[in-house]
Amino acid sequence: MSLERYERIAAIGGVYSNHLALEAAVNDARRRGVEAIFCQGDLGAFGPNPDKVFPILVDAGVQVMQGNYDNSIGEGLADCQCGYVDPRDNYFAKISYDYTFSNTSDCWKVWMRGLPKSFRIQLGSHRLLMSHGSPRKMSEFLWESTTPTHFLDRLLQEHEADVVLTTHTGIHWKREVPGDRHVINVGVIGRPENDGNTHVWYTILDARKSKKSRKGLSVEFVPLEYDYRSLAQEMNSEGLPQEFIDTVLTGWWTTCLEILPSKERKRGKF
Amino acid sequence: MTTWTAEASPRVALSALDDLWFQVSGTLCNLTCAHCFISCSPNNHAFELMDLGAIESLLEESKSLGVKEYYFTGGEPFIHPHMVEVLEATLSIGPATVLTNATVMKPKQVEHLAAAEAISPYSLEFRVSIDGYSPMMNDPIRGVGTFRKAMDGVRLLLTHGFLPIITVAQTWENGQNDEVFQRFVEILKAEGYSRPRIKIIPTLRIGAEEERSRAYTDTERVTSDMMLGFDASQLICSHGRVATDRGVYVCPILIDSPDARMGSTLAESAEPYPLKHSACYTCYVGGAICSNLSSGGRDVS
Repeated sequence: MSLERYERIAAIGGVYSNHLALEAAVNDARRRGVEAIFCQGDLGAFGPNPDKVFPILVDAGVQVMQGNYDNSIGEGLADCQCGYVDPRDNYFAKISYDYTFSNTSDCWKVWMRGLPKSFRIQLGSHRLLMSHGSPRKMSEFLWESTTPTHFLDRLLQEHEADVVLTTHTGIHWKREVPGDRHVINVGVIGRPENDGNTHVWYTILDARKSKKSRKGLSVEFVPLEYDYRSLAQEMNSEGLPQEFIDTVLTGWWTTCLEILPSKERKRGKF
Repeated sequence: MTTWTAEASPRVALSALDDLWFQVSGTLCNLTCAHCFISCSPNNHAFELMDLGAIESLLEESKSLGVKEYYFTGGEPFIHPHMVEVLEATLSIGPATVLTNATVMKPKQVEHLAAAEAISPYSLEFRVSIDGYSPMMNDPIRGVGTFRKAMDGVRLLLTHGFLPIITVAQTWENGQNDEVFQRFVEILKAEGYSRPRIKIIPTLRIGAEEERSRAYTDTERVTSDMMLGFDASQLICSHGRVATDRGVYVCPILIDSPDARMGSTLAESAEPYPLKHSACYTCYVGGAICSNLSSGGRDVS
């Protein structure tokens, strides 16, 4: 099967209804001269007015895949399928999910239901596979501190890819696997990264270097500023929990913390 | 609904060896808990301490199999004289979780492990078993004085920057879940643990627990009908195996069942396994009860 070929792309992770960051990311990526923009799912959750996200994606020609949140909202399921077990996580996850579900129009639910679950492209000399959680499981968390390199080697082999892009955890990271292969968590633009900064992250991948040297892939994690105060105001108007608003304003995660492994948890404040 | 028979038990394939468990201290433990599903004690030699060389060989073999997470259990892992070396070796290749009662490890050991985790890209998780929010609730199950000793262990871990996961076997009625959980949060905060991590697991009605509460009934079995539409990835036998000094078994819960021994090496232990044991029912209902929460949600792909 012949794949679409690119040299320079942008990959955007979870949007979480953050339409202001999405607009900023699309504009920023265009300014940086990418050939295509991909979004790896989780369009809703956490933020305000979920319907505002979809026209931005469609109008900008972003190629969108389904995340577990979109699968749940689209299929009308009872929860987000993140696999939360702790009651403290479940409490806030339910508020977020119920709000997002009741504020997403039916036409967009149908649209999300039909989204692909992965993308395969050719990026320079690399076979690139984009997934939401992991290539084998949409809701699998690939945290940097719980994902050994030899496991990634197996994943790349089993899925016949040189580069795998994921999101889902909310924190960007990358690992080079022997043989000029790469696994990259592209981060999310929905909320900051639990490091006390208010910006969010997306990723630009450039294979032009690899064309010259026949090797290597440039991975640039892009810190993205956006009008987070306006987002916080909008969340407040929508009656979303103060805990969510505090995360946007401070850069520290306040909810859904019990799924973090210890290293990632220790870096945060709560 | 089909009637359950051992012969007709649904078989679960090993989709991938993601979780590699080590019965590192065998069935030897400094405590003799009333609910232990493999009846560990200072004198239970059914399984012995694992040899350090054997553990290192298994870690090496695990790399070619693409193992994702490493878990260490017993008995009490810290009665193994080489536990620090074992965890250091593991952290050089992947994330490690150790299931401990926190009453044996020494400050020097914790200090070494904090240094090992600091230079590793991977997490070291301590799952500390405490079965009540007070001595009155915990000690009848785990032994006199164990609540205070375990809390001392928790503080030792906190002092060295670890965030232990307090693992609680549910010995109360379901209706009390919220209240017990809340009390745990309050008590742990009062002990100085400002962001307590807590994992509640069901008891397994085998081993000593069968005497303490009750055995499984004849209807508490997993039938083929029950597997229809069920996400088998929630069962640990679909993605894990446990290594012991006597070979590789299907899961850490069933090591007392001779037929749960799968082979001598990891490579020999990949055959499907039938859910024919009563304890499989608890795993079916609870879903991945042994794994860490950070592993992820249901299979929606």
